[in-house]
Amino acid sequence: MFWEQLINGLTLGSTYALIALGYTMVYGIIQLINFAHGEIYMWGAFAGLFLVTVLGVNIFVALIGAMIFCTLLGMLMEKIAYRPLRGKSSRLSALISAIGVSIFLSTLMVLLRGPNTTRYPEVLRVKTFSLGAVEISSLQIIILLVAFLLMAALTFMVQKTKLGKAMRACSQDLDASYLMGINVNRIISFTFAIGSALAAAGGVMVGIYYNAVWPYMGTMAGLKAFSAAVLGGIGSIPGAMLGGIILGVLEILGVAYLSSSYKDAIAFAILILVLLVRPQGIMGQKKMKKV
Amino acid sequence: MDAWFAQYVDAYYLRIMVLIGINIILALGLNLITGVTGQLSMGHAGFMSIGAYTAAILTLHYGTSFVLALLSGSLMAAFFGFIIGIPTLRLEGDYLAMVTIGFAEIIRVFFLNFELGGKAVGLYGMQQYTTFSMVFILVILVVVLNWQLLKSRYGRALYAIRENEIAAEACGVNTTGMKVAAFTMGSFLAGLAGGLYSHYMGYIAPQDFGFMRSIEILNMVVLGGMGSIPGVMLGAAVLTVLPEMLRIVADYRLLFYGALLVILMIFRPNGIMGDMRLYDLKQRLRTKEVKTCRS
Repeated sequence: MFWEQLINGLTLGSTYALIALGYTMVYGIIQLINFAHGEIYMWGAFAGLFLVTVLGVNIFVALIGAMIFCTLLGMLMEKIAYRPLRGKSSRLSALISAIGVSIFLSTLMVLLRGPNTTRYPEVLRVKTFSLGAVEISSLQIIILLVAFLLMAALTFMVQKTKLGKAMRACSQDLDASYLMGINVNRIISFTFAIGSALAAAGGVMVGIYYNAVWPYMGTMAGLKAFSAAVLGGIGSIPGAMLGGIILGVLEILGVAYLSSSYKDAIAFAILILVLLVRPQGIMGQKKMKKV
Repeated sequence: MDAWFAQYVDAYYLRIMVLIGINIILALGLNLITGVTGQLSMGHAGFMSIGAYTAAILTLHYGTSFVLALLSGSLMAAFFGFIIGIPTLRLEGDYLAMVTIGFAEIIRVFFLNFELGGKAVGLYGMQQYTTFSMVFILVILVVVLNWQLLKSRYGRALYAIRENEIAAEACGVNTTGMKVAAFTMGSFLAGLAGGLYSHYMGYIAPQDFGFMRSIEILNMVVLGGMGSIPGVMLGAAVLTVLPEMLRIVADYRLLFYGALLVILMIFRPNGIMGDMRLYDLKQRLRTKEVKTCRS
């Protein structure tokens, strides 16, 4: 029982981690809580649904298609709603702009599809394997595997490529990177693109896993993923992965062993408790205050 | 006075005016925390719900008088603001934002499972004790108190914390104490507005005080102009009337609302009134010259 719940938690947690990465990367570079990120995730789930039902493609093709679609959506959003504000206004105005985008995107989906839940078609034949006493479905294996591959690819890109180096430079000091000849606007746009693609992958997989998508799915998932990012230490990429997985596992265990009526409160309670002990998050670094 | 008003003013407009008044109290409370002191709080609706539920439970189940219920609701909200404020105001900027979001969500889930609060159905059957004149007088009182506070040395200390916390501390401002005080006062006002709201609408439910509600209040503060009393009042009025006006476009209402937020932020990044204070307005009227807003 415990081990099965643990696997359920890992599956949920890996999708939280995928969304949390987008929050943490954008925050690391421009210190913006991108509230529209949850809506990108929701649009990703619907894009996957569209590809599977209307165009009838394979689920893996749909996953990649949804990621490409959200990449473009994320870049467009950054260009229209955030770039004009950058540099000339306080961070709070950018936050309100993000909230505006979030309301816009979720309402647009309600207008397109109605507010109700849509069922995902059965795209995979789910087999259940037993490993000793533990049962694990092929779906869970696929989700864990895809999430792991994406995170490994991201880590490789950030650590080993020139683009990743530029991203890390930007997150340390935007102005200095600009002076060093880095095209800062392009890097920011690229960060939104990567984050949105990861969120789309999360959306499609959650859609298959829970067999349902609805236009307001982004709000709660976004809030929880953001708390996962904060839990891990915002701005830190391994922190977001760890935070997502910890939050997912504890949420499932909390529902299984405590009470399901407090499901949505568990993630936040954990976050508050951790922050009281360790204000910078689990893997965050303490910053010196400079005058 | 209310009977007189009801004769001349359409009930629909009267309702909107009462809601504007309640929103002004809410927004001025958040303004103290976020606008003046610069501590981003995104869970103001949580404190509002504490005030609303406390007041409603007192009048419904215990037959307390409305004034006493309203006061208890505000004090309860202030108490929670104080309790939450002490440990969390050590956190900076966006960590505080996340904790306040989390706290408001926990409160919402608590009320969803709270027997005395009617669980998911919420509370209904409260008498409409809140009247226009009462809201009007309270708004004036709150504005005057806010204005007096902000021009006192405590108000200047709060602005100093927003501008530069370390410099403020070096100048001898007790930053933690001031931040907790601002947070407690803001929560008190949220509780007051919550009590007024529950006894005006006659019913409340946990989903009335969700994340979107907190965001709406934050929008009023940022849109109007952070730290500026006339700005925040204008922001509250505009954002209360705007959804009503957008009723013409029916289903597309929220679509327009979202787009307008983005557009307003692009063209007026510091809010409609910038950082203008009542004092500046007075000066401007006196000198009659065109001055640009301070950014």
